[in-house]
Amino acid sequence: MRESRLRRFGSLIASLIIAAVALALLVLSPWWLLLAVLLLAVLWTLATRIGHQAWSVTEVGLATIPQRLGASSVVVVGIAGVVAVLVALLAMAAGFEAALQQGGTDDTAIVLRAGSQTEINSVLDHDSANLVAQAPQVLRDAHGQPIASPELVLVASLPKKSSGLDANVEIRGIGERAWSLRPNVRIIAGRKFGLGLREMIVGKGAREQFAGLELGSTLNLNGQTWTVVGAFDSGDAHNSELWADTDVMAATYRRGSSTAAVTVRLTGADAFDAFKAALASDPRLTVDAKTTRSYYTDQSAALSKLIRILGITIASIMAIGAVFGALNTMYAAVATRSREIATLRAIGFRALPVIFSVLLETMLLALAGGLLGAALTWVIFNHYTVSTLGQNFTQVVFAFQVSPPVLWTGLKWALAIGLIGGLFPALRAARLPVTAGLREL
Amino acid sequence: MKYLRLIWSAMFRRKTRTIFTLLSVLAAFLLFGLLDSVRSAFANAASSIAGVDRLVTVSKISFTLSLPKSLLSGIEALPGVAKVTYANWFGGIYQDPKNFFANEAVADNFFDLYPEWQLSPAERTAFRNTRTGAVVGEGLAKKFNWKLGDKIPLQATIFPQKGGANAWTFDLVGIFRATNPKLKAEESVLFFNWDYFDEARAFGNGTVGWYITQVSDRKLAQQVASAVDALSTNSDHETKTQTEQAFNAAFVSQYGDIGLIVGSIMGAVFFTLILLTGNTMAQAVRERIPELAVLKTIGFSNQSVLGLLLAESVLLVLLGGAIGLVLSGLVVDAVRAAVGTAVPMTRVGASIWLRGLGLMVLIGLIVGALPARRGMRLRIVDALAGR
Repeated sequence: MRESRLRRFGSLIASLIIAAVALALLVLSPWWLLLAVLLLAVLWTLATRIGHQAWSVTEVGLATIPQRLGASSVVVVGIAGVVAVLVALLAMAAGFEAALQQGGTDDTAIVLRAGSQTEINSVLDHDSANLVAQAPQVLRDAHGQPIASPELVLVASLPKKSSGLDANVEIRGIGERAWSLRPNVRIIAGRKFGLGLREMIVGKGAREQFAGLELGSTLNLNGQTWTVVGAFDSGDAHNSELWADTDVMAATYRRGSSTAAVTVRLTGADAFDAFKAALASDPRLTVDAKTTRSYYTDQSAALSKLIRILGITIASIMAIGAVFGALNTMYAAVATRSREIATLRAIGFRALPVIFSVLLETMLLALAGGLLGAALTWVIFNHYTVSTLGQNFTQVVFAFQVSPPVLWTGLKWALAIGLIGGLFPALRAARLPVTAGLREL
Repeated sequence: MKYLRLIWSAMFRRKTRTIFTLLSVLAAFLLFGLLDSVRSAFANAASSIAGVDRLVTVSKISFTLSLPKSLLSGIEALPGVAKVTYANWFGGIYQDPKNFFANEAVADNFFDLYPEWQLSPAERTAFRNTRTGAVVGEGLAKKFNWKLGDKIPLQATIFPQKGGANAWTFDLVGIFRATNPKLKAEESVLFFNWDYFDEARAFGNGTVGWYITQVSDRKLAQQVASAVDALSTNSDHETKTQTEQAFNAAFVSQYGDIGLIVGSIMGAVFFTLILLTGNTMAQAVRERIPELAVLKTIGFSNQSVLGLLLAESVLLVLLGGAIGLVLSGLVVDAVRAAVGTAVPMTRVGASIWLRGLGLMVLIGLIVGALPARRGMRLRIVDALAGR
């Protein structure tokens, strides 16, 4: 009695270790390694005798799935739920990151007042802005003018289409050379605003999220009337903004000749260090310079990290639930087939094919669940557009990105749950005492 | 009640299966507890601290724009106004941006309007009389190990001092605490004197971030709000006045629809849970058909068999769910102790438990319904014969 308890304990520890190792391999290995393992497994079933046996046992298992549809669907749906939630949250983090980071490059730099972390906190006077633009590392256009845009970031409250509640939208005053600074910006409707006029153009994202931004509509800002004359698409976070002429904007908001920040195009990505050093050594300036890439990466880092941690925590807890669901189903499946398994063992089948077949069956169910969950999220959430509060206290519009790496992570989780949920019942099946199994009704 | 032992032993007829199912239920309600705590924190932010008798006045264009201080006397003179104070967001950083906490410059009568922050009279006088004085919440002082008399350096992000320096240093002269334990999480604030702030800052002098108005009678809130806004109509600094509660609710809603996100996740979780527990119950009833027939033979009515089976599934969900909620309470307390207000969470209190218990009973009834009906409709002869 004592000895058998000890043996049971030993085999439990052994199977836990096997499970942990297999799980670690599955999570850490890249896709090509898993593909290689899969190919090897297929070769094994085709080429060896034990492999043949394993496949035929699996076939019987798969053929009986329709008889226990309810129990099997528990595995599929449980895992689909985990994968759907995980993929949706990861896609949200990826989308937010992409929206902010696509705006950043290494050969454009943003200059803020020293100590301000964001544009909304920053104020640069007219002279500082001019000095920055005159730095030798700033690229000049065909007319010999530095490609620099003194910009003003301001905030207005507009009603959101979804809730009807007021939310903050960012208004960016841009300089006349902003267009050569950001060549990726396209006008998708109407025209550019006229210099010196109270006209503005709206970003694609802002246009979708906020009401009252159609072409030709007017906005009242500080008692002045502004007209929407166009819409633009920049493919990045600027899509959440409204753009207007800096000087007119400054007059409306009584900001005098000051701006918030200056964004410049450098002569090359390698010129940034010299540019930063030049600004730092100028006693007339107290400013911080960052490449736009690092500026936007800093802005998105905190929130996307939070969403990822949240996604993984929630999915882990759900995965625990799903693992126990799968364990229940597969233990029951093994129990109903115990007579059949004992018969197979009695006529000379080895333990390995039995283990393999139960494990394979669970993994296939898990894969089905993973694909179902991933497909659901993809259909519902890919390019689903939402907005949240960004660092400038304004709405950042972004779209979920259900990308292949995110889907792949979801599938890996599905397989991992299947592995744990299948391994223990598989080992139980292999250890079933043959005589007892045959006697069972 | 007298059947509890019968139900209990039926439930643990297959130990492994029941324990696995319990663990799944536990995981689902652990998640429910955590998510509902976050959701309540966002919902509370809109309602808990805010007195309905306080109005917030900010610039109509955006709360990031400041208002002239000259509005003060106009608001004070309005009928129905009891007290007015004002404040300005400072946004200073203590050592590292990761140490974020709110810091605001406030007028000297600020604490008159916020009785929920308790500051001893001696410390209040010290705050008033120390130009560079600052007071902080008890939780914040504990977090950074600050004691009265300490100097607290803040790095300005918006307001440099005259001459361009970003370093501001304040003398800690008081520590306030929340009278209401619910507000403990909101204690992480540093207040300092607006007069000093306005005198020392490089720009924006003579403006304030927002006004807080206390009305003499709650019923007058709407009327006073309109009167305040009327003061600046058609000027270049039009205002928007709303109750503190409405202001906070609008701010929180800007983060996104937290309720919708939490709701969708919980929908996925409970759908899966219903399927899973339903499967367990179906298996349990299928196995026990002969036993149920025996129960009926010895005189249990159809209704009592139905009741027994329903009670079993409700008990199963209740047991796992209650353990899950207890666990979520422990996790929430641990998280709150570790990171403070960085993750908004409320304690798993009575309201979350009530919602949780309601859900447990509901889910228990849903998953028990079909198997229990099957048990009720059994015909003794067929069941005993194994047909």
